[in-house]
Amino acid sequence: MHLIVFLILFPLVAAGLLLLLRSDIARNAVVCVSAAVIAVVSIVLSVQYVGTGWQGFALSSVVIDFVGIAISVALAAVVISFGIKYGNKIAIALAAIQVVGSLVFEFGFAHGLHVETGLYIDSLSIIMALIIGVIGSGICVYALGYMADFQKHEPEGTKDRRPTFFALMFLFLSAMYAIVFSNNMVWVFTGWEVTTVCSFLLIGFTRTEEAIANAFRQIIMNILGGIAFLVALYVAAINLHTLSFVEFIAAGVRAPHLASIAVCALAFAGLTKSAQMPFHTWLLGAMVAPTPTSALLHSSTMVKAGVFLLVKLSPMLLVCPPAQEMTILVGGITFMLCSFMAISQTNAKRVLAYSTIANLGLIVSCAAVGTPEAIWAAILLVIFHAAAKSLLFLCVGTAEHHIGSRDIEDMDLLFDRMPFLARLMMLGIMCMFIAPFGMLIAKWATLVSFVDMHQFILVLLLAFGSAATFMFWAKWLGKLSGIAGSPENVEITVHATEWVAMYVMAAIACFACILLPLVSAALVEPYIGMTYGSVVPGITDENLWISSILAAFVIIILFAGLGASKKKRVGVYLAGVSVDSDARVYRNSLSGETEATSRNMYLDSIFGEGKIRRPGEIICSAIIVVALIASGFVPPVLL
Amino acid sequence: MGFASKSPWVIHYDASSCNGCDIEVLAALCPGFDVERFGIINTGNPKHADIFLVTGSVNERNISVVKQIYDQMVEPKVVVACGTCACSGGIFHDCYNVIGGVDKAIPVDVYAPGCAVRPEAIIDGVVQALGILEEKSKALKASKRGA
Amino acid sequence: MSFIPVLIGTVAFAVLAPILGCLLAGLDRIISARMQGRVGPPLLQPYYDVRKLIEKDDVTVSGVDGIYMTAALVFTAFAGGIFFSGGNLLMSAFVITMAALLFIMAAFSSRSPYAEVGASRETLQVMSYEPMVLLMAVCFYMAAGSFMVGDVFQRNVPVIVYTVPAFVGFLFILTIKLRKSPFDISTSHHAHQEIVRGTTTEMSGKTLAKTEVMHWCETVLFLGWTGMFFLWSNPGSIVIAVIAALAAWFLEIFIDNNFARVKWQAMLKWAWVVALVAGGINIVVLMGVVF
Repeated sequence: MHLIVFLILFPLVAAGLLLLLRSDIARNAVVCVSAAVIAVVSIVLSVQYVGTGWQGFALSSVVIDFVGIAISVALAAVVISFGIKYGNKIAIALAAIQVVGSLVFEFGFAHGLHVETGLYIDSLSIIMALIIGVIGSGICVYALGYMADFQKHEPEGTKDRRPTFFALMFLFLSAMYAIVFSNNMVWVFTGWEVTTVCSFLLIGFTRTEEAIANAFRQIIMNILGGIAFLVALYVAAINLHTLSFVEFIAAGVRAPHLASIAVCALAFAGLTKSAQMPFHTWLLGAMVAPTPTSALLHSSTMVKAGVFLLVKLSPMLLVCPPAQEMTILVGGITFMLCSFMAISQTNAKRVLAYSTIANLGLIVSCAAVGTPEAIWAAILLVIFHAAAKSLLFLCVGTAEHHIGSRDIEDMDLLFDRMPFLARLMMLGIMCMFIAPFGMLIAKWATLVSFVDMHQFILVLLLAFGSAATFMFWAKWLGKLSGIAGSPENVEITVHATEWVAMYVMAAIACFACILLPLVSAALVEPYIGMTYGSVVPGITDENLWISSILAAFVIIILFAGLGASKKKRVGVYLAGVSVDSDARVYRNSLSGETEATSRNMYLDSIFGEGKIRRPGEIICSAIIVVALIASGFVPPVLL
Repeated sequence: MGFASKSPWVIHYDASSCNGCDIEVLAALCPGFDVERFGIINTGNPKHADIFLVTGSVNERNISVVKQIYDQMVEPKVVVACGTCACSGGIFHDCYNVIGGVDKAIPVDVYAPGCAVRPEAIIDGVVQALGILEEKSKALKASKRGA
Repeated sequence: MSFIPVLIGTVAFAVLAPILGCLLAGLDRIISARMQGRVGPPLLQPYYDVRKLIEKDDVTVSGVDGIYMTAALVFTAFAGGIFFSGGNLLMSAFVITMAALLFIMAAFSSRSPYAEVGASRETLQVMSYEPMVLLMAVCFYMAAGSFMVGDVFQRNVPVIVYTVPAFVGFLFILTIKLRKSPFDISTSHHAHQEIVRGTTTEMSGKTLAKTEVMHWCETVLFLGWTGMFFLWSNPGSIVIAVIAALAAWFLEIFIDNNFARVKWQAMLKWAWVVALVAGGINIVVLMGVVF
């Protein structure tokens, strides 16, 4: 238990320290050491508890409760003060509603309810702790180099706000640990709100007009989720008389009619946090923030809190049809439509964002389908997505600083100009969508569980969405793989900290893929066994081993095979007289020189945002509204 | 017999032909003559081709194109000049811009004369070219082994 | 270890499929020639072509296309090995998609504008057929009760009894998968309807030979998928499956010779409509009737 408390508190200490430090050297030292400590402690903790079932730790204190209240008030104050500064009335109103609601709850309802076991650990929280501890802190290390470059690009005389930035990053980690280890739902809620406000501040970090607008979009959507969470707390306290998460789930499964509204509200909160349609725009808007922020939001924190909650809720969703249908449909539709929209994007970060939203959609609908296989798939998706997506964000961030663009079309020749970075990026992309890598194996289990549960619509959504996934990743991969033969290596100026972080992510992605059978057996299956009693592996061991062999093969090809060739090199065929075949310049019919250029296909007329976004938002909103109403008004008899 | 002569893929380039010979080249591929019987395929891509069929004379404008296509073909390769113009410049030989036959630009292995060249003559030329292709292929193999 | 049969199957497929595929390719050329009123090349012509390509000089544009194609060949062999050792149909479909991806990357690596056009179109082709492949596998799973191809021999009726719509849909996208006209938009075997040579524009010699061998193996594998629908516990069903696969293959040649290439928009639209209608109806029926 001490380790858990340490993991929650230590990042806070680091954050405080970073807020005070002004010198680069001291900051580098503190960030590196704290990141290492967090990673090591997370690993030690998971080794200690790996394979064990649910284990609670008695921890309750009035002091902590009051600290929680203080945090809620402070968060509301932050949002309201920014709201006043930038004149955003909706944000002020929502923040006020939330803080009043939580104060009333705290003093009016929660007082009599005592949660003995404040903290717990189980296989799912071990997995989350590893993701947060290793990937999250890896991103913090990466941010050192990135933010140094970022500061250089800022106009002269701009105030160096890096202390705030790093403090927020570590605060984020602390809040995430609080979410995954707290059994007291009020504490989970506090962590939930801290992540919301942290990402609000990080998105608005650059203080440009766009950044501020997007930050407010994020805070409005997520406070809606927060209010829904609060509603769930009220229902839990009034109807079920408990605020312990584990008891809440058990009681809810026994008496679904009492918990129906709470489940629906929590599912809604999960959907907002995991950026499902119609709330997906906040995650797209979050792209204005410095890249490490995006990496953190997308891979190991924030959105993962949303799916974590839904995976935990899964047994309750099974007994609460309105919430289950809502989550299934919104997740599935989001998966397909966001995969479609990713095809039409040229901005690498937007492609990544759409792919994150799509994958979250898949995880969300897996969690809602709720068979052991589906949960197995959901957890594996969380793991692989965290590793591959953080790697991709870090690669795109570094590439952006060195080639001056985040447009995929400008990544032509990256294989020559940043040979190792391009390979890492290719690895990340392959991990995201293609067999034999883990992500696709998880998708496969998803498909099987959808079919077994007779989720006809989900099967179709998955089939078409996956096809779109192939298209947008394959064409990006194609851009990266181009080679012209006159390399001008711009890779040498990449910061060492960036390399370290990228190596760590790549190593995790590789090992997770190659050791897939072991990851499944050691980390994922215990949770399934604990929650459902039986282990029905979605995919037989034999297939896992085949995919792990093939994954190893691809990784070897990527890093060892694609070296310099001894073959004679010749120019490309340009259907005429080439002037410079590396640059694809040929002599045209007027004896002038023309460069042959080609762009990837973006199919904007079919898959453009303009065509898809609005209908998707309307459908998903309608589903959510209907489900929320149904959960409140359907008489308990029908449920 | 090696395999080089069993699967001759051709690329056809019209240097400055009057199109008479071009029609005959295509006629050779049609059912009447059906050169695919001998594995001959018109590829349209120098990187895939073994035999370069040129029709028409070479002029100032296209000499660099002829040279480039030849350079882009992968060894072993042979050139067949199809028609009188390709062989010697033909009736255009003293035009202001005409340089002459294809051999002014690249080494020609077989000359198939005729105005327009008859499909039989083309096939004859290609069959002769196959023998040369075979020898070149052997020479390449020997040099590879030596190296 | 339970994956040993798959490894044995892979080796066997890597040896046998090129032989069978080569003969099929030769027969394809003869039948096509007869349909056009020609005599056509000898049966072993594809073999001669590949041997000649291997004898050609080694040159390359990017320096890496050869290794991509080698990897693509290995993945094709694995896909075949998984399928013909009675393994998992979905795994086989996913692994062959990886081979397609490596082929696409080999084309992109040259940065030739023509190869890039071909490669982009190949990604479109994959996107077009992928939904139907998945839905076909799902229908197979629902009808046979398992993704394991070997399990069809324990059933009393062939899978086709329950999956006629999905099978028809699969035949439709088979044309795309075999890169036959009217859906040969990434690289065509007919020079007259191609922009230079699409995906294979910059490949020559051994690399091009690898793409040919890969196409042979793919043909054998996809015809295997076709035959799978007609198998049941009766050993004689293997004959029926072979006949069905050959009939499907003949149909593809017939279509190839009778249709001109379509635009990619039409391909995408029709492939998805067919997947939605054929696959969708079949799954609805199976969810309602069989279970």
